[in-house]
Amino acid sequence: MSIKVKALSKTYGTQKAVDQITFEASPGRILGFLGPNGAGKSTTMKMLTCYLPQTAGEATVCGFNIASQSLEVRKRIGYLPESNPLYQEMYVKEFLYFVAHIYHISNIKERVNEVILATGLVKEQHKKIGELSKGYKQRVGLAQAIIHNPEVLILDEPTSGLDPNQLIEIRKLIKELGKTKTVILSTHIMQEVEAICDDVIIINKGKIVANDSLENLLVKHNEKSLEPIFVKLTKELKVESEM
Amino acid sequence: MLTIYKKELYSYLSSLVAYITIGIFLIVLGLFLWVFPDTSILEYGYAGLDSLFNTVPYLFMFLIPAITMRSLSEEKKEGTFELLATRPLTDWQIIGGKYLACLTLVLFALIPTLIYYISVYQLGAVIGNIDTGAVIGSYIGLFLLGAAFVAIGIFASSLTKNQIIAFAIAVFLSFFAFSGFDSASQILSLQRFDNILINIGINEHYQSISRGVLDSRDLIYFLSFITVFLLITKTILGGRKW
Repeated sequence: MSIKVKALSKTYGTQKAVDQITFEASPGRILGFLGPNGAGKSTTMKMLTCYLPQTAGEATVCGFNIASQSLEVRKRIGYLPESNPLYQEMYVKEFLYFVAHIYHISNIKERVNEVILATGLVKEQHKKIGELSKGYKQRVGLAQAIIHNPEVLILDEPTSGLDPNQLIEIRKLIKELGKTKTVILSTHIMQEVEAICDDVIIINKGKIVANDSLENLLVKHNEKSLEPIFVKLTKELKVESEM
Repeated sequence: MLTIYKKELYSYLSSLVAYITIGIFLIVLGLFLWVFPDTSILEYGYAGLDSLFNTVPYLFMFLIPAITMRSLSEEKKEGTFELLATRPLTDWQIIGGKYLACLTLVLFALIPTLIYYISVYQLGAVIGNIDTGAVIGSYIGLFLLGAAFVAIGIFASSLTKNQIIAFAIAVFLSFFAFSGFDSASQILSLQRFDNILINIGINEHYQSISRGVLDSRDLIYFLSFITVFLLITKTILGGRKW
């Protein structure tokens, strides 16, 4: 198990963004993190990447505690934040070299070229990041996340804003990466989960409402696709809370 | 830290920010020293650089905040700080890299003014009739003053996402730290503490170094001043974790 999360909670003021979630993720499997907007997906990811500290509970990444061994955790994680923040005024290659230097990668030149090739940025590598279209920026975001060959990849909505062709390519890339690494990705697109994820966690209002492998989930709810399950699980709770 | 330092320095040097601010600094300084009669070295009549060392602190008050204002507030605004904070870097490495990059730019702004020293050296009625020791001391003083202002600027930049606000806060704090305490010590009811107040201000220590005597007390003052501001900056950056 490369990610173990135990009763992790995050409270902003009085609002519980993440409420005692527990799950595990293992290498070689892609975990889809689903939930309506504001369910706590991004907050969970921010806690796992050591950007925000948890209010309660604990989690380990590759055996390192996210609170006490944060530096070790950060070395082993590749993270693509939701808004995909990048230095607009830097050149693609310059940026990737910068990131590679931070991780003290040996043979940087080779690695940067490898990543550029893998993310399909060959034509764009000499452009400024600010000049790229959204889809290509997303690729740069993915490139910076995988450059140090991390054991764990945390991708917050990695395919938002991509055109259908780019979608297919990026999904293929993530699937390829997922063969050896632990991948957690969040998304709103159910077809995407069906296409690339092995395991599914559905989170609603900070609580986990489903945590199973994709096949099991479909069998259990006797459905052919994920969408009705998602609607059922996240809507049910809404009605309950209103009562 | 070196990686952050290099990246920051490159990004300053590849954008116009550095050239324009340093350029304007040098133009204004040149006007003050050689053209405007009130402060002109030529009108002064003595082979000294006093007006340089009296003018530069006030120019630094604007130049340095203009350089430092973007360093952390832009990262916060663009969201790139999240990317930086989730890398295997400590907050000190991030702050230190940015601090040193800004300090390097201040040094770049100071170096060209050495031409003025050479000019005055040559212009003296007897060539070389200038107190070189005092000039060296003053330059060290200026550098330390710049280093203190950069620390203030980085701190101001960590407070807000808005660069203009960061600039305004840094200008105010720099001004107050430099001469505010001196002026405050003249308030009647505060005169009992005037010695303490004057010693908190930068000006007293700057003047003392400018005399050409490098007193360890002044050096310690500047180092602790810088440390305090960078420490507060680190606390603020860690503030997301409260």
